[in-house]
Amino acid sequence: MSVELILFFLLAAVALGGAVNLIVQTHPIHSALSLIVVMVALAGIYLLLGAELLAMVQIIVYAGAIMVLFVFTIMLLNAGKEERTAISRAATYVGVPCGVLLTVVLAWRMILSEAGTTAGGAETQGMSRELSGLLFTSYVFPFELTSILILVAILGAVVLAKRDM
Amino acid sequence: MSDFSVWLLIGIVKVIVVMLVLLTVVAYLSWFERKIVAHIQSRWGPERVGPHGLIQPLADGAKFLFKEDPTPAGVDRFVFFFAPFLALSLAMTTIAVMPLGPGQLRIFGQLTWFSVAESDLSLLVVFAITALSVYGVALAGWASNNKYSLLGGLRSSAQMLSYELSLTMSVVGIVLMTNPNTLSLRGIVEAQRGSALHWFVFPQILGFVCFFVSAVAETNRSPFDLAEGEQELVGGFHTEYASFKFAMFFMAEYAAMVTASFMIAVLFFGGYLSPFPDTPAFHWTFYLPAAMALLGGVLLVPHGLRYHTAFGRVLLPVMGVALIGVGIICALPGVLGVIQGPFWLAAKVFVVLFIYVWLRGTLPRIRYDQLMAFGWKFLLPVSLANVLVTSLVVALRMQR
Repeated sequence: MSVELILFFLLAAVALGGAVNLIVQTHPIHSALSLIVVMVALAGIYLLLGAELLAMVQIIVYAGAIMVLFVFTIMLLNAGKEERTAISRAATYVGVPCGVLLTVVLAWRMILSEAGTTAGGAETQGMSRELSGLLFTSYVFPFELTSILILVAILGAVVLAKRDM
Repeated sequence: MSDFSVWLLIGIVKVIVVMLVLLTVVAYLSWFERKIVAHIQSRWGPERVGPHGLIQPLADGAKFLFKEDPTPAGVDRFVFFFAPFLALSLAMTTIAVMPLGPGQLRIFGQLTWFSVAESDLSLLVVFAITALSVYGVALAGWASNNKYSLLGGLRSSAQMLSYELSLTMSVVGIVLMTNPNTLSLRGIVEAQRGSALHWFVFPQILGFVCFFVSAVAETNRSPFDLAEGEQELVGGFHTEYASFKFAMFFMAEYAAMVTASFMIAVLFFGGYLSPFPDTPAFHWTFYLPAAMALLGGVLLVPHGLRYHTAFGRVLLPVMGVALIGVGIICALPGVLGVIQGPFWLAAKVFVVLFIYVWLRGTLPRIRYDQLMAFGWKFLLPVSLANVLVTSLVVALRMQR
């Protein structure tokens, strides 16, 4: 086995383990930590594919910014352990078979299809330049629209927070 | 040996060497800081353990190892144990992508970069690891089951999130100024080649001020060390930590300080480049590292011989003779070229570290609301304005 393959299986195992742990854990902080592990492992897989920029953005934005806010909120609200109720137990009985079914269907489709097996290692230095070029030429309208959307969301959050004062 | 195993071996050797140097620097940084702050306050600082307290870091290390390490009741055991590991390992990882010298070295017949790891996006790697390092402090504060720790953890995570914005924004100007634009630290250093006049600190003085202030806040150092404000929060996030777990937070803070100094030296002061222009008239500057080591050794030997303890009369002259030896080695033709990059980088990092310590000895801690207002209402707008002005100038230059 090549080093890349070993690393891939290692990272995939970490990502899967983190994802399962995210659901199994009862404390919100532990679940949030598991989600961070999943994100960092995914960033590692992006690195293996040669998508360095994507890996770094994944860590900076998701693991570094969004999850810090999650953890911060959980800490601030002092959220306690999850409680097991009749509904959550029912959700387990429905959710687990559905999840298994989804995995089987997805895996089956992926094994059948030939596409996606040829993920090439893109040139990294060119990639950030090409990506920013595309963002500011072909996709400038959706890009600017997204920034307005985020601005509106920030304003909405400020208005909601100020209403109580 | 195959190419792969040689590559692996070189990698491991580089990691070990850099790690040992970093750990030594971190240990002696605590001695350096105590000495400098003591002299600022007209005290002596560490004096008893070894001549001029030089053995103090070793004594501190032994003390940390042998102290009792109680685990308070009601802590979240896994997170409580995990947080110091996370803090220290993340703080020590960033050094891997720092360019330590120019070009490539030939070791065992294989070319290798003068850094532990080379990446085209090393600037982003640094920011990615910095973005993660908030977890160590925040989780330690939460897991301790102590309201002071929690407050310290919350403070520091809010602070680090806020200052990360201006930290990242103040570097955009530099990336815009490099031609061709690059996100690699080595590329940024090479863009400053020439002399001290080409350093980015001059055109990017605004970005430099923003970056420096944000870096001090990001590393939780005085005057921004609100996370451990002892008058309000006992010890802040590390109140419940003792023994070696406390030592790990301590080392993490100093390692983060060293990394931040490396970043400042690399981004704004030309990293491993000499401040003198690369012309034959300035070739004598190649002998500066050797001259400094020789001068230090020559001054240290007579001072050591007159030291008031017997141990000092042995240790200090031995160190002086070792320094003279280092000076002679630095002047050898084979070493002369290799030593230039690391020497200038180390000199710049040392100056920045001194300013860090100087700040701590001079400025009082600011209030928390002042800290947040300063970050959001002053630093962030200024760094955004810096990006705007720089892009305007770059765009106008491209027109011509």
